[in-house]
Amino acid sequence: MGPRELQAELKKSFGDLINIVQEEPDLVAEIPASEVLNIAGILKNDRRFNFDFLVSLTAVDRRDHLEVVYVLRSLKERHQLILKVKIDAAWPEVPSVASVWPAANWDEREVYDLFGIRFTGHPNLKRILLPDDWEGHPLRKDYPVDKRPEKVF
Amino acid sequence: MDLKTGLHQTDPGPLGNIFSYVERLPGGQILIGSLDALVNWGRKCSLWPLTFGLACCAIEMMSTGASRFDIDRFGAGVFRPSPRQADVMLVAGTITYKMAPRVRMLYEQMPAPKWVIALGNCACSGGPFNTYSVVQGMDKIAPVDVYIPGCPPRPEALLYGLMRLQDKISKETITRRGALKDGPQGIASGA
Repeated sequence: MGPRELQAELKKSFGDLINIVQEEPDLVAEIPASEVLNIAGILKNDRRFNFDFLVSLTAVDRRDHLEVVYVLRSLKERHQLILKVKIDAAWPEVPSVASVWPAANWDEREVYDLFGIRFTGHPNLKRILLPDDWEGHPLRKDYPVDKRPEKVF
Repeated sequence: MDLKTGLHQTDPGPLGNIFSYVERLPGGQILIGSLDALVNWGRKCSLWPLTFGLACCAIEMMSTGASRFDIDRFGAGVFRPSPRQADVMLVAGTITYKMAPRVRMLYEQMPAPKWVIALGNCACSGGPFNTYSVVQGMDKIAPVDVYIPGCPPRPEALLYGLMRLQDKISKETITRRGALKDGPQGIASGA
């Protein structure tokens, strides 16, 4: 499916839930946090979309809000879609998609580790890179640049 | 042996010029020196490194161990899997705060005399990573004898650093080592 057809199909399936914010060079769509799991399930299992490959799952700190980014690709249909979810920085919660794409398991742990975004329904949400007793989430913009652990060993 | 200078330099022999280290008491008798030289000669020519790598510098370290550069020429090719058998710690790569306690534990498990070589910019000073998770140099964890900068350093640089460490070891004396009560184990004398 080409990007234009994909865009039309997305509008047909999700209507106002999905908001196309960019068409070139990649198709980018914004969705509300409450619909993430629902839309992810359809995108993966519906024959028309068939997004069988979660390329990456990451996040961006936009200061007034946080953004979770899902890069999806269909190896069969050869199309790609980037999903963005805006969430409140004060209460950063978004449903986990680890049940849809198992690859999301570790990606979500990494995003939780570095941004402090809680993925509800995640099977094992704990730090993956930093030590377990680390304080704060270093990729947040409000994390001081020169903050270092007091104890080295 | 030239009795005036106490030096014997005509024939270096298999031990090199170790007799040039002979010291003389004011009275004229030979006290120590040859034992130091012998011990140091043995130590510096059998520096067994500990097998571990932290990042990409370890690739250069492995290359140094392979046949093209052949670290075995210096007696330092016997990479030991246990810190109990190792003499020198080649810290090859970025040290994160998560890794630091493990590196320190390995250092403490090594029996003295022990030496540390910081291989590459990251192990010397944190390198390009002045970030939340990277320890700014191996010397925050344990005393370092030789720093080898580079990103990564070439195998020749590691061999040169190894030779500098050998120079350093050959200046150590067994009498002064004990005098350093609170000092680091690896840095004994003349440094």
